[in-house]
Amino acid sequence: MSALATNARVVRALGMRSVRQTFRRPQLIAPIIIFPTLLLAIQTGGASGAVELPGFPPVQSFLQFMLAGAMMQSLMLAGNSGGIALAVDIEMGFTDRLFSAPIPRFAIVLGRLAGTAALGLFASLWFLAIGLIFGAEIESGVAGALMAIFLVTAAALAVGGVGAAIALRTGSASVVQGLFPLVLVVLFLSSAFFPQELMIEPAKTIAQYNPLSFIVEGIRGPMISGFDASETLDALLAILGIVVLGLFLSDRALRHRLRVG
Amino acid sequence: MEAAVAVPAWRANLATIGALMARAKNELVRVPGAAIPGVLAPTIFFLGLNGVFGALTQLNGFSTGSYESFIVPISMLQGAGFTGAAAGVNLARDIEQGWLDRLLVSPAPRWVLLSGTVLAASARSLIPATFVLAIALALGAGWPGVDGFLITYFMVASMAAVAACWGSFLALRFKSQSAAPLMQAGMMALILTTTAYAPLALLAGWLQKIARVNPVTQVVEAARQGFVGSVTWAETWPGLVALAGLLAVLGSLALREMRRTAL
Repeated sequence: MSALATNARVVRALGMRSVRQTFRRPQLIAPIIIFPTLLLAIQTGGASGAVELPGFPPVQSFLQFMLAGAMMQSLMLAGNSGGIALAVDIEMGFTDRLFSAPIPRFAIVLGRLAGTAALGLFASLWFLAIGLIFGAEIESGVAGALMAIFLVTAAALAVGGVGAAIALRTGSASVVQGLFPLVLVVLFLSSAFFPQELMIEPAKTIAQYNPLSFIVEGIRGPMISGFDASETLDALLAILGIVVLGLFLSDRALRHRLRVG
Repeated sequence: MEAAVAVPAWRANLATIGALMARAKNELVRVPGAAIPGVLAPTIFFLGLNGVFGALTQLNGFSTGSYESFIVPISMLQGAGFTGAAAGVNLARDIEQGWLDRLLVSPAPRWVLLSGTVLAASARSLIPATFVLAIALALGAGWPGVDGFLITYFMVASMAAVAACWGSFLALRFKSQSAAPLMQAGMMALILTTTAYAPLALLAGWLQKIARVNPVTQVVEAARQGFVGSVTWAETWPGLVALAGLLAVLGSLALREMRRTAL
């Protein structure tokens, strides 16, 4: 068997393990699916009148607008949960056993990220299904839905890279878990839940430069209006930026972990 | 030989509750970091919701032009919910580590053991509430007046007791910290399916129906009244009745589980 095929098998096995682990532990699946779904329902019901505000983009319903935000929240928490699970593996010595196995180190991290990406894919399908069941239309049709699925999966992979880097650097599940509030801060300071133009300062200005705003607009655009090449390109560039950051940090963290043991 | 002086039962029970509350306080003093998530989460929600949904007050139907004032009681109650749920998680940890077994072999009645957990959560909920209120006042939320302030704090402490009963019930039922998401999600749903984000008339139809029957809506309105207007008995008593009902139901469930818990 070629080395590439062997590595692909390792990544697949570790990715499957990561997904199974998440679905078996309520404390891992709850933040990814239950909390964002609960918040989506409550925010959609509680702030539905927002669509009447002057300056609110034309949408079919507030739910249609909020779907992208819920996906974004879910993928961010999937990245955080992936980091926690990796840190637990480090604490319990499972990662050490993998390090001593004849498999490339990058495959170990990539396996975890494959699991996080799979959870991102699941989250995008989950929220699309919820949206369609409760009457939200996807303006760009199937192509818009596919674009949302692709961007959410790719963004989950990117964010998971940062989570994995922090887990590798600290080796502590509680430290990675402690980043949970930070995830919420970064989300609130983006246009995930409300149009940027209607947000209050300083959140409005910060959201303008927050890379998550670019990603969420890339997901939302095809859902509420139609494809916009520059919006999609901005989203892809933002994801690429986070991927590069995650790779850089993971590489450094992995080297550090192998050096100090 | 000197005969032992019998301590009245009520005094022994009070001493036990005091000791359990002191244990909870020690946890906080010795591991200050443990309190940070409980304080941070409602603060982030307050700042985030205010930054994101602040423009909602432009809609007709809001009794105040300040969303900080409208949302701060929700964040304080959310802090109480998180603190109460954390008490449940701590109890589940005590069960997993065998600490509760040691308490159960003591002569303390089960209701005393439960009261220690619940009252400690009530007292602890005042920390995030005070932190969030201080930030809200700094950002321009209106001062609710002394009566409004006292009512809000009473509602917050009582809501933490409700949440602690809920958390304890689940901890005793599942005997595992894995039940933590259920503890937190349950409280989050109970507090947010009210007039949390907007007045009743502005809620979506389905949420309006839930908010009307959700007893916590009365608690929210009672806690909020001082921030958005004046304090009245008509706005206060439904909140008190709702809290009494919630405490009676969830307290009974938690106590029943505590009594069922065998060694």
